[in-house]
Amino acid sequence: MAQYLVGRVLQTVLSMLVVVSIVFVLTRLSGNPVHLLLDVSASERDQEILTRHLGLDQPLAMQYGLYVRNIALGDFGHSILTRRPVTEHIRERLPATVELGVTAMFLSVLIGVPLGMYSAVRRGGPLDRAARVFAVLGQSMPTFWLGLMLILFFGVVLGVLPAGGRGGPLHLILPAFTLGYFTSAAILRLTRSAMLEVLGSDYIKFARLKGLPEQVVLWKHGLRNALLPVVTFAVLLFVQFLGGAVVTETVFAWPGLGRLILESITTRDYPIVQAGVLVLAALYLTGNLFVDLLYSYLNPRIRHYSA
Amino acid sequence: MFAPYLAPHSPTDGDIVKKSIPPIWMERGNSEHPLGTDRFGRDMLSRIIWGSRISLLVSLVAIGVAGTLGTLLGLIAGYRGGLTDALLMRLTDIGLSLPTILIAVVMVAVSEPSFRNVVLVIALLLWPRFARQIRGETLAVKEQDFVALAVVAGRSSAWIIRRHIFPNVVPTLLVISTLQVGYVILLEGTLSFLGVGVPPPNPAWGLMIADGRGFLATAWWISLFPGLAMLLTVLAVNLMGDWLRDHLDPKLRQASGATATDAAAAMAHAPGDAPARGATAADA
Repeated sequence: MAQYLVGRVLQTVLSMLVVVSIVFVLTRLSGNPVHLLLDVSASERDQEILTRHLGLDQPLAMQYGLYVRNIALGDFGHSILTRRPVTEHIRERLPATVELGVTAMFLSVLIGVPLGMYSAVRRGGPLDRAARVFAVLGQSMPTFWLGLMLILFFGVVLGVLPAGGRGGPLHLILPAFTLGYFTSAAILRLTRSAMLEVLGSDYIKFARLKGLPEQVVLWKHGLRNALLPVVTFAVLLFVQFLGGAVVTETVFAWPGLGRLILESITTRDYPIVQAGVLVLAALYLTGNLFVDLLYSYLNPRIRHYSA
Repeated sequence: MFAPYLAPHSPTDGDIVKKSIPPIWMERGNSEHPLGTDRFGRDMLSRIIWGSRISLLVSLVAIGVAGTLGTLLGLIAGYRGGLTDALLMRLTDIGLSLPTILIAVVMVAVSEPSFRNVVLVIALLLWPRFARQIRGETLAVKEQDFVALAVVAGRSSAWIIRRHIFPNVVPTLLVISTLQVGYVILLEGTLSFLGVGVPPPNPAWGLMIADGRGFLATAWWISLFPGLAMLLTVLAVNLMGDWLRDHLDPKLRQASGATATDAAAAMAHAPGDAPARGATAADA
C-alpha cells in the first residue's frame, strides 16, 4: 500500500510538471511577451529593459527553472491588460466554477443513481428502456448544443428561466443540467451495472428470505453495496467538471474560471491563461489522485490485482 | 465523401438577400432551401453535408495518427516489458491524466487554429488510450506458443511483432478506433464552437452552431440543425462501436463507458489502471 501511495503521488507530481512544461513551451511559442506588454511606440531601449526585467535574456533552462519556482511559490505574475496580480483574477472567478460544478455533480447523482437503481430492479421494463435511451443520448450529445437548445426552449420560447449569467438558484438550473446530463448518463449506467451485480448476490437473496421489506432490501443492502464505484466516480466527475466547464460557462455566460481562460486567450493575456490552466489542472490531478487512493482504500482487491 | 454531389448549393457562397430563411415547413420557408439559410444566406443543408466532411476527416486522420503511435508504443511496451514498459506506461498514465478539453483548447488557440493543428493536438491527447489497450493485448498474445516457437526459431523481435503479435491485436484496435470516432467528433465540435477549430469559412458543425448563438430568438435553425447532425452522427458511430465491441472483442466489454465520455474514461481508467500498475511493479 505504501509503495502504491508513493508511486501514485509521484506520478501526480510528474503529470503536473508535464502540464507546467506544456504551458511554458506554448507561451514561448506564442510570441514575445515584450511586444504584448509595451506600446507600439516603445523604443529599443525600453524593450531591452523590459526583456531584462522579465528575465527573458537568460538562457532557456534558467527561464524554465525560474518559471517553475515562481509557480511553486504561487506567483503567477500580473495580467497584461489590467496589471493586477493574476491570483486576484483567479480568486474572483473560481467560486463561480466551483458552485456550478458542485450543483451539476449533485444533480447528476440525483438523476443517475435512482434511475440506474430502478432500471436494474425492473430490468427490461419500460423505465429501463427509457433510461437506456437517456444514457445513450447523453453520451452522444454535444454539450454546447444541448445548452443552446435548453436556452432556446426554456429561455426564449417559454421564457421561464434566465438564459445566462450568474444570479439566484434559477440561473443555476440550465447550466447545471447541461453540465450534468453527460455525466448523469454515465452514473446511470454505472449504478445499473453495479446494482445488477449486487442484486444477484447471496446476501440479497438472504435478506429477502428473511422477509425484509423490499425497500429496505434495495436501499439498505443493495444500493449501499453498489455505491462504491458510484461514489468514487462522483468525485471524479466533480474534478472533470472543473476542466470541462470551459464549454458550459461559455454557452451560459457564466463568470467562471473556464470563461476567464477563454476570454484571456482572445485578448492574448497569457499570464492569466497560464495560471488558469495550471489551477484547473492542479485541481483535476489532485482530484484524480484522491479518487485513486480512496478507491484502493475502499477496495483492497485492486491493490493486489495483477493482469 | 459525396458532399459535392449531394449538396444542392455551395457551402461557402451565400446570397445576402436570402439571409435567414427559415426551414421549408415554416411560413416564409421555400423548397430551394429545405433547412433554411444562415445569416449570410448560405444554404444550411449544403453546409451540414459539407460539414460532415470536416468532422469525419478530422476524426479519421486524428485517430489514424493517434492509433499508429499508440499501437506502436503499446506493442513495444507489451513485448519488451521491463524498464521500457515501465517508462512507456508511466508516460501513458500521465497522458491519460491530463484534462483533455482544456489542454486542447489552449494548445490549438496558442498554435493558431488550422486543420493540421487541430488534428495534431487531438492525436496527441488520444494516443495513450490506444497504447494502454494494445499493451494489454500484447501481453496476452505474447504468452502464446507460436510466439515462443518464433523466438526459438531465432526470429527478430521486430519480425515477431509484425507477423505474430500485430495481426492478433487488430480486432481490438478496430474496436477502440470506432469507439473513439464519436468522442473525437464531439471534441472537434467543441473546439470549433469555442472558435479554436478548423477556421472559417469552412463549414465545421461546431462553428455553425456558434454562428447561430446570437440569433436563437429569431433564427433558431442555424444552431439546431448542425447540432442535430452531430448528435445523430455520434449516436450512430457509438452504437456501431458498441455492436463491434460485443461481437469482436468481449474482453473490452468492461471498458464500455471508457470511450464514450471523458469522465467515464477516467473512471475506467481508475480501476482498469491498477492491474497495469500491479503488473509493472511485479516485473520490476
